[in-house]
Amino acid sequence: MEAFDPAELPELLKLYYRRLFPYAQYYRWLNYGGVVKNYFQHREFSFTLKDDIYIRYQSFNNQSDLEKEMQKMNPYKIDIGAVYSHRPNQHNTVKLGAFQAQEKELVFDIDMTDYDDVRRCCSSADICSKCWTLMTMAIRIIDRALKEDFGFKHRLWVYSGRRGVHCWVCDDSVRKLSSAVRSGIVEYLSLVKGGQDVKKKVHLNEKIHPFVRKSISIINKYFEEYALVDQDILGSKESCDKILALIPETMHDDLQPIFQKHHSSLQRWEHLKKVAIYPNDKLGYLLEWEIMLQYCFPRLDINVSKGINHLLKSPFSVHPKTGRISVPIDLQKVDQFDPFTVPTISSICHELDAISTNEEEKEENKTESDNKHRTRDYKKTSLGPYVKVFEKFLENLDKSRKGELLKKSDLQKDF
Amino acid sequence: MEFSKRRKLNLAGDQKNACYPHSLQFYLQPPTENISLIEFENLAIDRVKLLKAVENLGVSYVKGHEPYQSKMEAEIRKVKFSYRENLEDEYEARRKDHISHFILRLAYCQSEDLRRWFIQQEMDLLRFRFSILPKDKIQDFLKDSHLHFEAISKDEKTFPESDIKASSFSPNETGLELESVYKIPFADALDLFRGRKVYLQDGFAYVPPKDIVAIILNEFRTKLSKALALTARSLPAVQSDERLQPLLNHLSHSYTGQDYSTLGSAGKISLDQIDSLCTKSFPPCMRQLHKALRDNHHLRHGGRMQYGLFLKGIGLTLEQALQFWKQEFIRGKMDPDKFDKGYSYNIRHSFGKEGKRTDYTPFSCLKIILNNPPGQGDYHGCPFRHSDPELLKQKLQSYKISPGGISQILDLVKGTHYQVACQKYFEITHNVDDCGFSLNHPNQFFVESQRILNGGKDMKKEPIQPETPQPKPSVQKTKDASSALASLNSSLKMDMEGLEDYFSD
Repeated sequence: MEAFDPAELPELLKLYYRRLFPYAQYYRWLNYGGVVKNYFQHREFSFTLKDDIYIRYQSFNNQSDLEKEMQKMNPYKIDIGAVYSHRPNQHNTVKLGAFQAQEKELVFDIDMTDYDDVRRCCSSADICSKCWTLMTMAIRIIDRALKEDFGFKHRLWVYSGRRGVHCWVCDDSVRKLSSAVRSGIVEYLSLVKGGQDVKKKVHLNEKIHPFVRKSISIINKYFEEYALVDQDILGSKESCDKILALIPETMHDDLQPIFQKHHSSLQRWEHLKKVAIYPNDKLGYLLEWEIMLQYCFPRLDINVSKGINHLLKSPFSVHPKTGRISVPIDLQKVDQFDPFTVPTISSICHELDAISTNEEEKEENKTESDNKHRTRDYKKTSLGPYVKVFEKFLENLDKSRKGELLKKSDLQKDF
Repeated sequence: MEFSKRRKLNLAGDQKNACYPHSLQFYLQPPTENISLIEFENLAIDRVKLLKAVENLGVSYVKGHEPYQSKMEAEIRKVKFSYRENLEDEYEARRKDHISHFILRLAYCQSEDLRRWFIQQEMDLLRFRFSILPKDKIQDFLKDSHLHFEAISKDEKTFPESDIKASSFSPNETGLELESVYKIPFADALDLFRGRKVYLQDGFAYVPPKDIVAIILNEFRTKLSKALALTARSLPAVQSDERLQPLLNHLSHSYTGQDYSTLGSAGKISLDQIDSLCTKSFPPCMRQLHKALRDNHHLRHGGRMQYGLFLKGIGLTLEQALQFWKQEFIRGKMDPDKFDKGYSYNIRHSFGKEGKRTDYTPFSCLKIILNNPPGQGDYHGCPFRHSDPELLKQKLQSYKISPGGISQILDLVKGTHYQVACQKYFEITHNVDDCGFSLNHPNQFFVESQRILNGGKDMKKEPIQPETPQPKPSVQKTKDASSALASLNSSLKMDMEGLEDYFSD
């Protein structure tokens, strides 16, 4: 893979926006079948341009308008906001108080830095294969709840480009949810509470809600390899002390012999589980679960999810620091997803160059329109598979929409 | 607004039952029949009395248990509104409940404070009625109220029994008979699902009967809140309706008992009694004003109005009042001539002897609490409402109230139950467990206090009169309330119609 040099961004972005960005699919998504008039036209986008110039309230008339503007402005970053009551780019002409955010997808942002207190391998913006499992578990746990508990059908998971993942829930009814309900959903999905000054962040009681039980059973599948091997949470004195901080002091004496007798995290955990039990815990595993949840359960940023007008990085946007494209994640292959194999803008531009030179040598007709080029271009680069995942997501949306329309017309025929 | 002539509804038997199928309701549809002005006002007054009683009970007793439950039932019975299923001939009771609710919407939509109070009491009333609704009637009531709550029986194959038990009940509660559960769209059960207190599956919350009340009350509050906002928008039209304006003004500043404009005992108080009466029988608001007057030899306009009218209400004559104020103001080095020129006119005016000759009535508690908040240098208002809690505490201490009593009072103040706090003050200072009345007026405080101190010697009470100034000389103050209303009615002989326009879009 070509090394990414941020200095090359302006040139790379020019090529990216002209030949690779999947405008047709992107428009198909945000237009939502054109069922609601002006839905796309009232959508806010924000661009971050070269030299950190940030412009809000961008809006576009249609796909071709979007293309032209993006190619003209060459944004470093693109964010998607809410669908407003009026065209965002005309919001200054609207009477005070009348310009309102009306709908938006329900979004989640899971960021690796929120786990710094429980990962040993990296900190802050760094990630590695050892801690990426946290994201895998997060996706599985959250997605299961969104699908099975809340009944949400259209969930798009996207790699953020550096150290986390985003989720876009796009069901019709979900886009209309109030801020209060969005907050409620995040609350339902939250188990880890407290900032830096709080040592023990998870507290369970005997009443174990099915959501907790099901989340634990997902964590169980990964715990041994992730926590005991990769993170080695009981491997050193320092890491053991962190675990002990979560256990009542009265039990510490009983745990010392375990650390003396056994030396691998695996063995230590096996024995610790048997000793670390709350006195009045009839179930016998509450403390064990609390530790597992603190080390593995997803941590959500409520502010991202609750605001209808919140702006979030767009899928297929480029990360200016890493060069990686924010690509959709195939839920069928979550375990295999490797952020380090996600294409960077330089690599796919390089691939494109290589293909073009080959094609020029092969083909006679060199006046084919850019459009046609583009529809084949990304397919021939490493971006292709990711666009396929996106297309599958769009097909599901279409299918649902057709189903809804049929239902409605059926009802109308019924007297 | 339409003025079509609609006939009075004359319904027979089954039709009546169809109108009001349940003993409680969500008040979704406004009434469309005609009623007389008298009935309009009476129904409204009855409901205000009831809601005030609901408020009182709500702070004095634990909701949902005895004696709250039986006292609530007694209060509702008093005004003859509906509350219980299966009673004989419920139609009238339900009808009165229905109409009175909508009339009060007109009166209580007018400000944020009034709306909040109204919604709170109506919710408590609904909660009580729902609590005595038989289980088999719940489903029908929900259906008729257009609440899309689907009931799932335990016997259905897909019934997620163990999951529901794990979500909604604590471990020592299992073993309870779980007959059925309501399947509700998750967004309608926000308060339950956000704390993971209910089982969610495929976008639905499975709510056991014990938790359904919270959801119903939430729905009710949302709907009523929206409805009041809507009604408030029609307010200008309502207020310009000459039939309604005096009645609604009377209601929302609502005080539905005596107005103590004069006691037949005028002249029975002598000026040198006032200082001792103040300590013994004045409510704190007047006690504070009197002390400020004595200390500063002056009171600003707000204080003069509030205290001056109160003194009139306890029996001071005009002559006594002039002497009282002049004496005090002169002590403050005021020139007697200046007093005559500037202040005596106002005193005479407030007795109805000047200008448009309105005989102003002393302010009720609600009026004092809601209107004209005191600023710097003012001493009027309600100490429980307008004083900083620390200062209030000090004041109560200076009145020699026990620490236990003070903390009870402060708790009530925190809960914004200002009049009940004053009642508590009455009970403590008069050494009684239960003051025996619902405090609405400073002069009422005085009368009741005198009654206890003088061993039951009754002061003659005047009948109900509207609190707003008398409109025309021809509609004179009469001693008989019903004849006053009758004369109003005859001069405005119209039936109430077309009001439902005020409640809808």
